[in-house]
Amino acid sequence: MRARIWGCRGSLASPGPETVRYGGNTSCIEVRPSDDHLIVIDAGTGIRALGIALGRDAPARIDILFSHLHLDHIEGLGFFKPLWDKNCEIHLWGPSSAQKTLREDIARYFSPPLFPLHLDEIPAKLLFHDLPVEEWNIGITRLRSDAVIHRGPTVGYRMEDEGKVLAYLSDHEPAVGIDLLSVSPDWVSGYGVARGADVLFHDAQYTEEEYAEKVGWGHSSIAHTVTFGLISKVRKLILFHHDPLHSDAQLEAMLIRAKELWGHERNGLALAYEGMEIQVV
Amino acid sequence: MQQKDIVLILARDLAEHLSSAMFLVDHDGTLVYFNEGAAEILGKSFSDAGEMRMEEWSRQFSPMGPDGDPLEPNRLPLVIALRERVPAHTNLRIEGADGVSRNIAVTAIPLFARQEDFVGAVAVFWESE
Repeated sequence: MRARIWGCRGSLASPGPETVRYGGNTSCIEVRPSDDHLIVIDAGTGIRALGIALGRDAPARIDILFSHLHLDHIEGLGFFKPLWDKNCEIHLWGPSSAQKTLREDIARYFSPPLFPLHLDEIPAKLLFHDLPVEEWNIGITRLRSDAVIHRGPTVGYRMEDEGKVLAYLSDHEPAVGIDLLSVSPDWVSGYGVARGADVLFHDAQYTEEEYAEKVGWGHSSIAHTVTFGLISKVRKLILFHHDPLHSDAQLEAMLIRAKELWGHERNGLALAYEGMEIQVV
Repeated sequence: MQQKDIVLILARDLAEHLSSAMFLVDHDGTLVYFNEGAAEILGKSFSDAGEMRMEEWSRQFSPMGPDGDPLEPNRLPLVIALRERVPAHTNLRIEGADGVSRNIAVTAIPLFARQEDFVGAVAVFWESE
């Protein structure tokens, strides 16, 4: 299984000279399991470039997994080229709210004045799936989603292929209300998704100082991210969902702090950047 | 080690921040947590009590009705919330692990996660006259 990052910025796209190294596009990851099925996680602005890169080679079926429906995770969807190909079948998976189905929620985005066209006018064949409670398969990939702590219905994903596990928790605040080290891991939000993963993409939006002002906003401090990765015993931790106000230099300063906490002798810690390719081995 | 359902995690977080006594059970009826407010009434802390199956906790504190007669487990609000998946409320008398008898009022509600998934129940209780 391999993954490529097309967007790793949180909250709001932030292009500009200060973000060129890590990128300004919002969340989107292309995952290619060993059967080469195309699975896309989140449809932030990064998905636009993925659609262009697929070009005429776009597969007949694409599966898009939404962690949640905050705008930075769906705003690229209308600009994903395969959506405008009537021969393409796109399966959309995501959490439903208590009141609305996934289709109803996404239809709010595909409607004027937010978007010029209605959902029904999209040429591709769209199939909506409210996330199942049980594990399920896409091709040969085994998937699981767990609700996690963030604002509104939000899930993390665990994907397993040939015994290797990729975990994704882009928007996650496991430390709200608790000291992560004082409770057993089974009481930690997201642990079921991340436990023993070979690669974990995890929210790393804030410095420790910033987090103190933003408790309950649904994101993690760099210290919480690293602690969560250590508790979950992941092999590789990718710091994801960068704050739109953080420049490349600030992100690199956060990485230095993260390495102090992770342990300099330990490999497997990195900042996510656009174009990053990861082999899940 | 399996992660607890997110609703139980959030309920525990809430319980830890409340002075009101709160008792939390999972979908099997296993007691998975009670807070310090509950510990005062029950006469022991959760770290001393640990997780307990329903058969155990429903008899542990010798629940009695207001008339002083033993209360069958299936009349406890939390057992009703678990089995019938409806809210329940009653007044009862218990004997804490510290040997002190207390009158308490108990309200229990079932907890449903996304897609109406039953994940457990919570009981809030307080001492009454």
